[in-house]
Amino acid sequence: MTDISYSSPKTIDEAVAAMVAAKGAGRILAGGTDLLVQLRAGFVKPGSIIVDIKKIAEMTSIEDKGGGSFKVGAAVTGMQLHDHPTFKKAWPGVLEAINLIGSKQIQGRASAGGNLCNASPAADSVPALVAAGATVTVQGPKGRREVAVEKIPAGPGRMTLEPGEIVVSFTLPARPAGSSDAYLRLIPRTEMDIAVVGCGVNLTMKGGICTAARVGLGAVAPTVLLVEAAAKALIGSKLDANALEAAAAACRAVCKPIDDKRGTIVYRTKIAGVLLKRATAIAAERAAKN
Amino acid sequence: MSKLHVTTTINGEPTEFLCEPTQAVLDVLRDQLGLTGTKEGCGSGDCGACTIMLDGRMVCSCLVLGAEAEGKKIETIEGMAQGDHLHALQKKFIEFAALQCGICTPGFLMASRALLERNNNPTETEVRYWLAGNLCRCTGYDKIVRAVMEVAADMRGAAR
Amino acid sequence: MSKQKYKWVGTRPDRPDGADKVTGRARFGADFNMPGQLVGKVLRSPHAHAIIKSIDTSAAEKLPGVKAVVTAKDFPEQPNLIVPTGEMQVNLRDITRNVMAREKALYESHPVAAVAATTDAIANAALALIKVEYQVLPHVIDVAEAMKDGAPLLHDNLITEGVKPVPTKPSNIAKRIDNVKGDTDAGFKQAEIVVERDYTTQPVHQGYIEPHACLASMAEDGQVQIWSTTQGHFQVRGFCSRLLNIETSQIRVTPTEIGGGFGGKTVVYLEPVAVMLSKKSGKPVKMVMSRDEVFRASGPAPGGTVHVKIGAKKDGTIVAAECTIALQAGAFPGSPVGPACWTSFACYDIPNIKVIGYDVVSNRPKVAAYRAPGAPISAWGVESTMDILAQELRMDPIDLRLKNAAKKGTKTSYGPVFDTIGFVETLEAAKKSEHYKSKPKPGMARGVAAGFWFNVGADSSAAAHVAEDGTVTIISGNPDIGGSRASLALMAAEELGVDYDKVRPVIADTSSIGFNFVTGGSRVTFATGLAVVNSVRDLIRECKVRAAKTWGVDPDGVIWENGCAKPAGSNVGEFEPLSLAQLAATAGKTGGPINGHNQLNAQGAGPGFGVHIVDLKVDRDTGIVEIGRYTALQDVGTAIHPSYVEGQMQGGAVQGIGWALNEEYIYSAKGKLDNAGFLDYRMPVASDLPMIETVIVEVANPHHPYGVRGVGEVPIVPPLATVGNAIARATGVRMTDLPMSPPRLSAALDAATPRMAAE
Repeated sequence: MTDISYSSPKTIDEAVAAMVAAKGAGRILAGGTDLLVQLRAGFVKPGSIIVDIKKIAEMTSIEDKGGGSFKVGAAVTGMQLHDHPTFKKAWPGVLEAINLIGSKQIQGRASAGGNLCNASPAADSVPALVAAGATVTVQGPKGRREVAVEKIPAGPGRMTLEPGEIVVSFTLPARPAGSSDAYLRLIPRTEMDIAVVGCGVNLTMKGGICTAARVGLGAVAPTVLLVEAAAKALIGSKLDANALEAAAAACRAVCKPIDDKRGTIVYRTKIAGVLLKRATAIAAERAAKN
Repeated sequence: MSKLHVTTTINGEPTEFLCEPTQAVLDVLRDQLGLTGTKEGCGSGDCGACTIMLDGRMVCSCLVLGAEAEGKKIETIEGMAQGDHLHALQKKFIEFAALQCGICTPGFLMASRALLERNNNPTETEVRYWLAGNLCRCTGYDKIVRAVMEVAADMRGAAR
Repeated sequence: MSKQKYKWVGTRPDRPDGADKVTGRARFGADFNMPGQLVGKVLRSPHAHAIIKSIDTSAAEKLPGVKAVVTAKDFPEQPNLIVPTGEMQVNLRDITRNVMAREKALYESHPVAAVAATTDAIANAALALIKVEYQVLPHVIDVAEAMKDGAPLLHDNLITEGVKPVPTKPSNIAKRIDNVKGDTDAGFKQAEIVVERDYTTQPVHQGYIEPHACLASMAEDGQVQIWSTTQGHFQVRGFCSRLLNIETSQIRVTPTEIGGGFGGKTVVYLEPVAVMLSKKSGKPVKMVMSRDEVFRASGPAPGGTVHVKIGAKKDGTIVAAECTIALQAGAFPGSPVGPACWTSFACYDIPNIKVIGYDVVSNRPKVAAYRAPGAPISAWGVESTMDILAQELRMDPIDLRLKNAAKKGTKTSYGPVFDTIGFVETLEAAKKSEHYKSKPKPGMARGVAAGFWFNVGADSSAAAHVAEDGTVTIISGNPDIGGSRASLALMAAEELGVDYDKVRPVIADTSSIGFNFVTGGSRVTFATGLAVVNSVRDLIRECKVRAAKTWGVDPDGVIWENGCAKPAGSNVGEFEPLSLAQLAATAGKTGGPINGHNQLNAQGAGPGFGVHIVDLKVDRDTGIVEIGRYTALQDVGTAIHPSYVEGQMQGGAVQGIGWALNEEYIYSAKGKLDNAGFLDYRMPVASDLPMIETVIVEVANPHHPYGVRGVGEVPIVPPLATVGNAIARATGVRMTDLPMSPPRLSAALDAATPRMAAE
């Protein structure tokens, strides 16, 4: 009845080969916190091949490359990242975003790679990774390539990956002293919800002036957005009320949200601005200490 | 659609089982191994009633494939008491009336033990956030949180 | 108080089922299995409203591994007859249609067929092979819409009850209730201030963590066994008997441990289907709902509309009050609109009251009882209006309630006159509480509201057996949903004068004890407790007879004290006392086993009153509410096991907080539930809450030997308005629609301060 099969390749080449052989019916299993829900609900098509990538070392390892740069395997769990000795200091915003994916139980399994490839516009880790300027290493039948994280999602449930391609790892760039980041999301409860809006802000401060900024915004459009206009409003400012309001307005302006069970268009748009201001304040405070 | 043969350790006992490629550890435990102490409340990782430990990390067993347990160490509620001695958390949950209907209790106990193994001096807020993935509809959480805090205090006292 | 009066009552020993429940031994609904059992699954309607033109099960029946398929054709038609179930009533004609749709599917996920197969996967495949031809009809979800002329009609034969002249045309309004005391027109003429508002609430689910589950086996000789997670195994037996035309005594239902119910497990969904599948297949059949099925097809509590008008003098004396309540019944008549009406003004001694209620059907799952059914909805309206009145009169909200509080002798709007009740004492305890006397922390605002529930008595049976060694088994027939075994054992130990651990309480199946009404209505510790106390007294009477026989004296010459028979009157000092163990050892010579029994229809359930206090903070930018401090106070009569009394108060309060802030059923335009899971049906999680402080008030119920009142239901009644009242005081914005979720509260705040919205 359940002609769905399971494989657990030991190398990325094997995994890619399995995905190619599956001819579009391959499903990558990292933490399984989305895939298993779909499986149990009967949403995974018969004939699918589950490719468990957790036996591949590169997928599950964290590498501190110095200067704030990290390489994080696509299947590294939130808890693993939380317990890493140096990651938190360098990328607190990315860590808090990944650590907001589900409960502590989910944290033991869920990964940023899975979160990205589930391709939900409300994925918590993605706005923070976009703000961080993270790139993604993708491997497929034609070899490896590096892609900016914001280029991966194509729409709800859809990605720009070519057939057979797999997300292998994330690379977080090195950056100067005075840099830090923050991620905030709005949920109706204090835990266990999908973001109504998520906002990641990554800043570099020098002498009280913002010299670099990136802003990622989630759950307000079909894909997570890199809000360049918001970053522009922050750069060169002292993060004063006018700059913050201009950045918040830029965030509101790019919102193309929907009314659904989690929020309304009006509410999401408003909250995008609120979170931008709050996340910026936290990132700036952290940056001042770095 | 042949079944997969999995070799694992459950509550310290070497255990082998056969499972469908799509079968979750929760179903293997409950339906094949008779370990029904692990409960299903939602099947989607939202209630925590099926919490187990997998290689020392707490997970929802509804969201782990049986096949993934190959070579791994599983701990369930059935392994929490040692012989005829209840774990301190089990005792305190009874003493503090931290359970009413009891369906969420195995999951709360597994999650609480995992917390105290990492941190035996949690604040109330830390306890509440750690346990946010476990739903309880009977108690309003008050007595559960108190029981966990009290056991943590006892552990610190004993360690002194 | 009770601590001095009693040795056991009022203490906090470990519960008898504790060890089983912390080790995973306790067996709940889905934990029972039989050799050779099949998996039963239900095919459900994808439409909110549709005529079922045909069902073709032939392909499913042919699938290897499929052993039985059932549809409504397998269930006999039922009469138009209303029977009680828990706190609500159901019509047999309707309930068989709710278990399996007949002419029409009336809500999304209404069962239309079921299969039994050897595996889960085969059962799922079989469901996919069943061909149902539907004619989709327009649907109606909202209660106000359903009441309008021209709304899609669910039942062609539904004529509104309680209206004169009798309507000639069918509608979705099943019933109108009128509840009048005095003359409100005259009353409002005396009023110096009148407050009038409209409120709405959304349906909410009981949210028990354990899905419905059962295992049923019908043997070749027609004997049926059922294991079911239920609040009333006698009701399961009764419904299966009625719906399947099986003699009642042929059915034996064993209640499993129950993983929460809150009223939602007082009805049947799976059991009749499982029995029918077992009958057709000749095998035991196990059925377990998924969480999705629980949300879509098991009873939520209704949503509704409430219109409240209260008139008062400037000193706060209420002179007249009116309330109109319309509740969603779901697909079949039978919302708890009656209790919603009767409880609405029960807290207050008001000379002129008029309450009108409507029971309205719409294309939603049939509602089931949920903790004080109906009462939180009317209390949301009434207690919010009381708060507005207090604000307008510049009165302390507790003082306003004290001024009008119901007391002994107050005649309710629905008839009865209150005996001894503890509302005044509870209000005074609230006023004196450390919480109320303290100032809210900076940024926090305070809300207060009250609540009432009748509490229920009804039918109970119990037995007490002395074992050969003199220890005692207490046998009763109500599933223990929150610690009732402990409280029954405490009362038995107190009566017997023996230690708590010498008394073991068990819950018997339907064939091993006489009839018991459901675990519901906050009745078990009161009514079944009374039956247990009486059965122990019967046992003691028998013990005295045996001692008299042993001593060769008249039974009147024996008293019972501290667990022993002792000589009394002229016999004092003549004989050594006889313990239960000694009496048991010689029982064979004095008349055989020593047992006691009792059965009763308990009268005099003591009404319960609660007052809740909250301090909370509103994030004006986001509409998010943070609960900072919460206190629940309640008159419980006597707290038999205070820990479980507190647990009821805390759990009920938190369910009410969820109802107030985030919980709701959200339907799509197609009439499908959009949030059928714990992710988007947002029940409170641990990090949403502070500790829930409790103050137990004990005003003994004169109709129970230990003064017990029901406890479990009152605590869900006040929280909705308690939270709303605090939000109003925090923001200046009065919310009238539930839930007060962040998007709604934010929109209300922005509407009140347009400047912010423009920002």
